[in-house]
Amino acid sequence: MMASSYSAKDEDGHITVSGPGGGTLRNKKPENTAFKQQRLPAWQPILTAGTVLPAFFIIGLIFIPIGIGLYVTSNNIKEFEIDYTGDDTSSPCYNCAKNFSWNNTKSCTCTIPFQLDQPYESNVFMYYGLSNFYQNHRRYVKSRDDSQLNGNIDSLKVGASSPMASRKKKKPSKECEPYASIDNKPIAPCGAIANSMFNDTLKLFYNDPNGTSVPIPLTSTGIAWWTDKHVKFRNPVGTNSNLTAVFQGTVKPVNWHRPVYELDTDPENNGFINEDFIVWMRTAALPTFRKLYRIIQKKNNMAPTLPRGNYTLVVDYNYPVRSFEGRKRMILSTISWMGGKNPFLGIAYITVGSVCFFLGVVLLVIHHKYGNRNNSANISN
Amino acid sequence: MLVLFSCIVSIDVSQIIARRSLICVGEEIWVDSRTVYIGHKEPPPGAEAYIPQRYPDNRIVSSKYTFWNFIPKNLFEQFRRIANFYFLVIFLVQLIIDTPTSPVTSGLPLFFVITVTAIKQGYEDWLRHKADCSINECPVDVVQQGKVVRTQSHKLRVGDIVVVKEDETFPCDLILLSSSRSDGTCYVTTTSLDGESSHKTYYAIPDTMAFRTEQEVDSLHATIECEQPQPDLYKFVGRINIYKDKEEPVARPLGAENLLLRGATLKNTQHIYAVAVYTGMETKMALNYQSKSQKRSAVEKSMNAFLIVYLCILISKAVINTVLKYAWQWSPDRDEPWYNHRTEHERQPFTDFLAFMVLFNYIIPVSMYVTVEMQKFLGSYFISWDEEMFDEELGEGAQVNTSDLNEELGQVEYVFTDKTGTLTENNMEFIECCVDGNVYIPHAICNGQILSAACAFCLSLQEYEDLFFRALCLCHTVQVKEEETVDGIKRGIHQGRPTSFYISSSPDEVALVEGMKRLGYTYLRLKDNYMEILNKDDEIERFELLHVLNFDSVRRRMSVIVKSRDYLLFCKGADSSIFPRVVSGKVEQVKARVEQNAVEGLRTLCVAYRRLSQSEYQEACHHLMEAKLALQDREQRLAQAYDIIERDFVLLGATAVEDRLQEKAADTIESLHKAGMKVWVLTGDKMETAAATCYASKLFRRTTQILELTKKRTEEQSLHDVLFELNRTVLRHLSVDCLDFGLIIDGATLSAVLKPNQEGAGHGNYREIFLEICRNCSAVLCCRMAPLQKAQIVKLIKASKEHPITLAIGDGANDVSMILEAHVGIGIMGKEGRQAARNSDYAIPKFKHLKKMLLVHGHYYYIRIAELVQYFFYKNVCFIFPQFLYQFFCGFSQQPLYDTAYLTLYNISFTSLPILLYSLVEQHVSMDTLKREPSLYRDIAKNSLLRWPVFLYWTCLGVFDAVVFFFGAYFLFDNTTFTSNGQMFGNWTFGTLIFTVLVFTVTLKLALDTHHWTWINHFVIWGSLLFYVIFSLLWGGIIWPFLNYQRMYYVFMQMLSSGPAWLSIILLITVSLLPDVIKKVLCRAMCPTATERAQVQCWHHLHMKLEV
Repeated sequence: MMASSYSAKDEDGHITVSGPGGGTLRNKKPENTAFKQQRLPAWQPILTAGTVLPAFFIIGLIFIPIGIGLYVTSNNIKEFEIDYTGDDTSSPCYNCAKNFSWNNTKSCTCTIPFQLDQPYESNVFMYYGLSNFYQNHRRYVKSRDDSQLNGNIDSLKVGASSPMASRKKKKPSKECEPYASIDNKPIAPCGAIANSMFNDTLKLFYNDPNGTSVPIPLTSTGIAWWTDKHVKFRNPVGTNSNLTAVFQGTVKPVNWHRPVYELDTDPENNGFINEDFIVWMRTAALPTFRKLYRIIQKKNNMAPTLPRGNYTLVVDYNYPVRSFEGRKRMILSTISWMGGKNPFLGIAYITVGSVCFFLGVVLLVIHHKYGNRNNSANISN
Repeated sequence: MLVLFSCIVSIDVSQIIARRSLICVGEEIWVDSRTVYIGHKEPPPGAEAYIPQRYPDNRIVSSKYTFWNFIPKNLFEQFRRIANFYFLVIFLVQLIIDTPTSPVTSGLPLFFVITVTAIKQGYEDWLRHKADCSINECPVDVVQQGKVVRTQSHKLRVGDIVVVKEDETFPCDLILLSSSRSDGTCYVTTTSLDGESSHKTYYAIPDTMAFRTEQEVDSLHATIECEQPQPDLYKFVGRINIYKDKEEPVARPLGAENLLLRGATLKNTQHIYAVAVYTGMETKMALNYQSKSQKRSAVEKSMNAFLIVYLCILISKAVINTVLKYAWQWSPDRDEPWYNHRTEHERQPFTDFLAFMVLFNYIIPVSMYVTVEMQKFLGSYFISWDEEMFDEELGEGAQVNTSDLNEELGQVEYVFTDKTGTLTENNMEFIECCVDGNVYIPHAICNGQILSAACAFCLSLQEYEDLFFRALCLCHTVQVKEEETVDGIKRGIHQGRPTSFYISSSPDEVALVEGMKRLGYTYLRLKDNYMEILNKDDEIERFELLHVLNFDSVRRRMSVIVKSRDYLLFCKGADSSIFPRVVSGKVEQVKARVEQNAVEGLRTLCVAYRRLSQSEYQEACHHLMEAKLALQDREQRLAQAYDIIERDFVLLGATAVEDRLQEKAADTIESLHKAGMKVWVLTGDKMETAAATCYASKLFRRTTQILELTKKRTEEQSLHDVLFELNRTVLRHLSVDCLDFGLIIDGATLSAVLKPNQEGAGHGNYREIFLEICRNCSAVLCCRMAPLQKAQIVKLIKASKEHPITLAIGDGANDVSMILEAHVGIGIMGKEGRQAARNSDYAIPKFKHLKKMLLVHGHYYYIRIAELVQYFFYKNVCFIFPQFLYQFFCGFSQQPLYDTAYLTLYNISFTSLPILLYSLVEQHVSMDTLKREPSLYRDIAKNSLLRWPVFLYWTCLGVFDAVVFFFGAYFLFDNTTFTSNGQMFGNWTFGTLIFTVLVFTVTLKLALDTHHWTWINHFVIWGSLLFYVIFSLLWGGIIWPFLNYQRMYYVFMQMLSSGPAWLSIILLITVSLLPDVIKKVLCRAMCPTATERAQVQCWHHLHMKLEV
């Protein structure tokens, strides 16, 4: 209606005559398209108490059951944690921790007895946990050479033989400094992350009620991401298939006891594709973290994986944490579809659901109180 | 040297130009005139020393760059912008020191922005080069040694004699020597200069107008003295000295009527000879290239304020983190534990602060500037595309001359409007005349048709009446258009009688001459200085036109001196300028009639005459010639001469012309009032006429209490008392009952009010009291205003303590100063030429279009850009604050939370398009509603969406969301696994989880704010989320060979394979959006704004329709 009244031309009142330019009609008339006239058809939702109400109730009704489900699942997960740092004289690892020195060639062993009150029915996952360890420190995070870890042979070459070539095709990346090379020999694997790889060995024994101590079989594969193990981490492929030969001319990281090609006896789990190594190389987000160490597979359906009873944890204590006030833990945990024990998500869902439900009620009241008033006000307008 | 220095130091191109012109002014002090030797011939010896002067050649250079200096100069120009410079510094810091993020993250966007701008500017400059080239190389005919030689335009020099043919454009500023027309005139259109399409007449110098051939012209021996180039198109002062046979030179005055301007086109004249006086960059056209000073909008100002706040936040974040870092690193075991040693290189101190700056610098994003610029540029197209603002009659729609002020249209508080041609049609109709107290009304008034006219009170023909009609027929500057081209066929004489079309720069004159025609006196033509009139008895009367004393807005009258039997001076003008000079005539009757007409809103003019004796005429002639010949202060001397000549009048009578209101002017003014704007009418018209127009246009209502602050009142009381009394009245009534006040003030009183006050007098400052009164008046009418006073008023209001946003709208050259002064200047493409439209920020065809311009476009642009600015800051707080929090958990090591690709692309591609599109198409209320309910405009008044509380709300919301993202992910990651195979996630998954929640939340927040969902909105919002997901899948799906790290490999996919990750993403998005939704709903329910009510109402309407 507006448009029609605007386009109506007034016919009267032409006394003065403009110059010749006025007569020529330039076709400047804008196109009458919905877009150009800003009249595209549109959906125009309004967030009023009335329209938002159902959404709040629905969110409440969906979130609360999810939250309860998550909470129950989380509560059903069994988790056992033991600290073996050994900073306290009563602790079995006190001596190992106190006498630690980098020069010790022989590892110090300590045994920690513990008791499981409940049987662990399904597969049990064994973690080691570190606290106050800043794997997310910037200097630390970037101190690695992904190209080397991906099996790029150039990143393992020695600089001395052909200085020009080596300068172009770099040896270990500069990011690895100061853990890149020793005496002009590249470190394999280079960088601070690799250098500080966790090297305590944890073993579990079940103390049978008859007094014998039975070692529990620990699976060391399947603990790293499949893609990491099979794509991102590759052993360098040299002229010969022998790993020892491929790593010829490199040196082991300073803090390692063994070179990288002696991490495991299984060739599928040795060198850069050793899963303990891969797990360590995925830097943790927070200074307190845990990493998957071993998996205890459920053997048969009849017996629980870890029955109720007494156990012994035997630790080859190689990893010093006292200097930076860190702590070491061993964790046993079962896993559900939602992962490990984490009541936070369930509680959060329940809370948010309840809040939404409550807000829904509040809005209902508001809607009844103000909604009508607004409408009546509109009509009077 | 000075120029060089100024180039280096100055910060703006316009400043360089300003300096250059300063130097020009400086030269003018030394050499205030130039001497041009016509045909480069030396004057006869002894007359004057021949000093050849150097002038620039006729090359026009509008381009800014050359091929060689483009890159350095353009880069310099771009980095002079403070924002670009800031980003450059960040980039350089990243290059030099060891920083957490790679230089690519800030270098790439900066490079992109700089390149795009450079390409755009380069292209524009290339176009300018091309245009310059074609202009500079166009052929020109020059007379050399008595022959016509063809040369190129840029080779023209000052002093060359140029031949210009019909329909050719003048190549430089020329003095007309002779034309092919016998009377030495030529017709010119200045369409490309000022848009006026009417033909203007220019005159040759009488001594040279007889020249017909090249040889004759070439034989001319003369010099021209004229002022140095000035940008004013309508001013020129000069003198020509013609040497004839070693005699003393004959000096003739030169004025603007002799100067043909570059850019104008010759019409209706076969050819002319003219001499070049200003060439190249010194032509008046080139001098007018200078850009106007840039206006900045209120939104831009608040945006800059917000930027400073964010800069402070950025710096304080960096400082806090640096301090904490050093505190935390106090123990060496933390600083350098055994597993994490530094290299020698990394032990450098003092780079930490810079590194933190770099890490957090994304809080001020490059892309915001780009988005804002794009929004303004693209958004302004909607104005020119608007069909409702298209005028069929003119064949033109609205024009946008600057896109920087779009949002300012939604902030206007004061509207200053011109009356004639703006509020009114400027389409004059002769209504009546009053001769010696008797009133004459033409019988029928139809569209310009000639009808036999009769007088209503046909009294005996007196001498007065005779003189009156002749006066009106003679005293004008109307031209008769001899032929009219219709469909290409020339139509000269029509049915034996010439079809007379009158052309004039003043519509009043045309109306008067047309009116005379209807009363039986037809003005035929001006031929050989004789004006011919066809009188009632079909006899042709001839009058010799001796002098025209042109109209000017100061004198407000014009006169002609003609000779029939004896010398007669006819004068017509505003009553105030005629009555004081009248010595006899029926003053009382005429005055009464004039006042009555004025009250009815008619434009009145008084006509008077004076019989001159031979000696008086000679004296007048002498005065005029003396003034016209003067090189200096010619204007002033002319005014003096006019003052001496125009007196001792005998009053003949008065005329009344109606200027009808523009279509929907009243409706528009009413809407503006309802929208909370104060409308001021500034006019040169007389008070009664203007007041009548104000009533007709509903500026004043019947209930409005009018306060007068006029000369008449101040004559009775002192200004001081009047002001204080008015102020008391206003304040008293304002508190008791809401009366509507209207103020009328006239030019004389206004200048008294604005006059700097003597401190000794002990009175308060009049300005303040005046402003106080004005603030409480809904409408103000300022009449009898000089053009400069209009600008003064605007300036006064602009500078008052609330600093309101002003808008000036006008159509004529006299409104230009006010248009330039106001925050937003709007020109009407009117009948008084295009000057206003050219100098305005926006030009519209009619006053009624102002309504849509402000209420719809202004409103939209404002809410769009307000949301754009707030949202940009919000999304970057959300983006960077988690990174800040993360520093507390990573030993203040500047570890970035997100991957480099995410850091770089967040502002460029993941979140940029939805907000850009929102800021282009959002309509929170429909157009029709905005037009129907102007009061909605009040909702956004005073920059309401960009005030500090609102800004604080957005920032707090951003911080809240950031805290939710970070701690949500923190507690989720806290020491547990959330995959079903027991494997752990690392820090990059942590960052990616936060980033995913961030992108979704920020985009959905915009979706919640969007009220106008067109298919484009759906496409862009869901499309950009989809793009994020696809990009992340790709980015993590391949080992990218060119990257030296593979940290993102499979991170995104692993995250999506975990159920709790999905659940927590949903949870965190819900929680972060919840407060905003609740705030929106509660505000709407508890205290809905007018806009929100209108939305609901609209919605109900729609649903009712659907149900029916």
